[in-house]
Amino acid sequence: MSERTLMGGNIAIAEGAILAGCGAYFGYPITPQNDLLEYMAQQLPALGRVFLQTESELAAINMVYGASATGVRAMTSTSSPGFSLQQEGISYMAGAEAPCVIANIMRAGPGLGNIGGAQGDYMQCTRGGGHGDYYLLTLAPSSVQEMMDLTMLAFELADKYRNPTLIMADGFLGQSVESIVMRDAVKKLPEKKWAITGAKGRPKNLINSFEMNPLDHPARIKLLLEKFERMRINEVRYESMLLDDATIVLVAYGSAARAAMTAMKLARKRNWKVGLLRPITVFPFPNQPLADLAERGCKFLVAEMSGGQMLEDVRISVGNQNEIKLVNTYGGVPLTADQIFESIDLMM
Amino acid sequence: MSEHGVNDLQNVIYQRPDIMVDRATHFCPGCGHGITQRLVGEVLDELDLKERAICIGSIGCTVTAYEYFKVDGMEAPHGRAPAVATAIKRCHPELVPFAIQGDGDLASIGMAEIVHAAARGENITIIFANNANYGMTGGQLAPTTLMGMYTSSTVKGRKQEHHGFPIRVSEMLATLDGPAYIARVSLHNPANVRKARKAIELAFRAPMAGLGLGLVEVLSMCPINWKVEPVQSLDWMVKNMIPQFPLGEFKCLPEVAEMKKVVKG
Repeated sequence: MSERTLMGGNIAIAEGAILAGCGAYFGYPITPQNDLLEYMAQQLPALGRVFLQTESELAAINMVYGASATGVRAMTSTSSPGFSLQQEGISYMAGAEAPCVIANIMRAGPGLGNIGGAQGDYMQCTRGGGHGDYYLLTLAPSSVQEMMDLTMLAFELADKYRNPTLIMADGFLGQSVESIVMRDAVKKLPEKKWAITGAKGRPKNLINSFEMNPLDHPARIKLLLEKFERMRINEVRYESMLLDDATIVLVAYGSAARAAMTAMKLARKRNWKVGLLRPITVFPFPNQPLADLAERGCKFLVAEMSGGQMLEDVRISVGNQNEIKLVNTYGGVPLTADQIFESIDLMM
Repeated sequence: MSEHGVNDLQNVIYQRPDIMVDRATHFCPGCGHGITQRLVGEVLDELDLKERAICIGSIGCTVTAYEYFKVDGMEAPHGRAPAVATAIKRCHPELVPFAIQGDGDLASIGMAEIVHAAARGENITIIFANNANYGMTGGQLAPTTLMGMYTSSTVKGRKQEHHGFPIRVSEMLATLDGPAYIARVSLHNPANVRKARKAIELAFRAPMAGLGLGLVEVLSMCPINWKVEPVQSLDWMVKNMIPQFPLGEFKCLPEVAEMKKVVKG
């Protein structure tokens, strides 16, 4: 299949999951991702796969954990307050090396906040989020096409690293409708010898994060840390736009990157040397490409829909020598190309 | 000599169930959990579940249950075993997930998960060990702590005006339509241990037959935190626990009652 079709962002995640062989979905209603849950409710049972609307986001993530432990590709989707609730189960899954995909369609916080799209969960998403030493592979789509493509990739990476993998999108992107190219379904799913499927003809398998002997625990964590290091080496993904001659580098992901792209084009019409670096993975973060641009003497403008969270990762990458500015909205308000353009203007 | 180091006997009347790992438990002297695990082991052997059972350890003294059985196992976060078991069963109907949960785990932090798993009629088995306190963390107030009972967080005893009342989980869950079998048993003497064994077998058989949730609330001794000697804890059980938590069946579908004909003992 490669026909074009019109699709909503949340639905593209659901379709991507189905194409990637997601065998079980567990979720709880929360705006702005309800259409994803509803779509799964319609589609999965018809395919002979498992759908269950759960009593809470907590139950949902723990069901994902149970399903994952049996080797099934499993996922949940939620929005920010629900994602906070799920940190418990996510931490257990990271500790037990149970792969899964979680889609966090972010809304404004803290607390109940509001249902407008936001990027305020950046720190929570890129720093593990729950207790203990772990990270989630975190993918940040910026189009409906990427909602589908990165969801498919997320399942692959989750299994590759035996780690929960996150789709970090915002409510505006979830509700956007765009024309996309449909993908082919994954034909062969990886074998999982570690899964608990009944101790038949083999010693028993165990999925846990607990070490009875405290002296054994550091060795387990060391293996996890080595895994996160492999992710940092192998899985950094980003898009570069017009960076070759750029003196001002926009850094933006998700919906904000779309606005930044438009602002960049407006700037280029004035022959201003503005480019865009768009992180596709935010953990691992593209530190090195940003460091290289810093070395070249670029200025940086971080555009995001939060108080300035990715800004910190850019600072870590760039250091103190280069000018770094922030243009942002927060509280569920979309970031516009005009705002970003004005900030570029001030930096010229 | 057998592998257990005793002379082979003509008529073995008591031995470790095949499905149990040959190791000492980590439980305190006089604790009921070891007995409960053994009864579960007998039932797993009886129903030939080595290749189908999934043991879910839930946080508390029961968390390492999976260390004692030769079946696949996993650890659930505190209170979430019914959610984990739900997913295992839904994804693999041929498997037989069971969890051993304590009272803090099931009746406090995990109350939502057990109620909804029961209401949905999930075909899973829950062994609910009720010893009226949080054993692993040092004996604090639990949702099942008896009125007036001293714990490390109710140093003047449980008082209604401050702590409210203990929860009778089995009676409460029995109001739901989803469970197939709910019973409360006790471990204070051999006759009751035998009854417990039968109830546990029914709590496995009912969900295996697709009839709904099977749950056995096992009143379990905790001498360390009850502050009594192990032998005295048996009398303490009869005197204090059973009046608050009466023994018996609270839910038994007719199809499950039929199964009693084939249950040994």
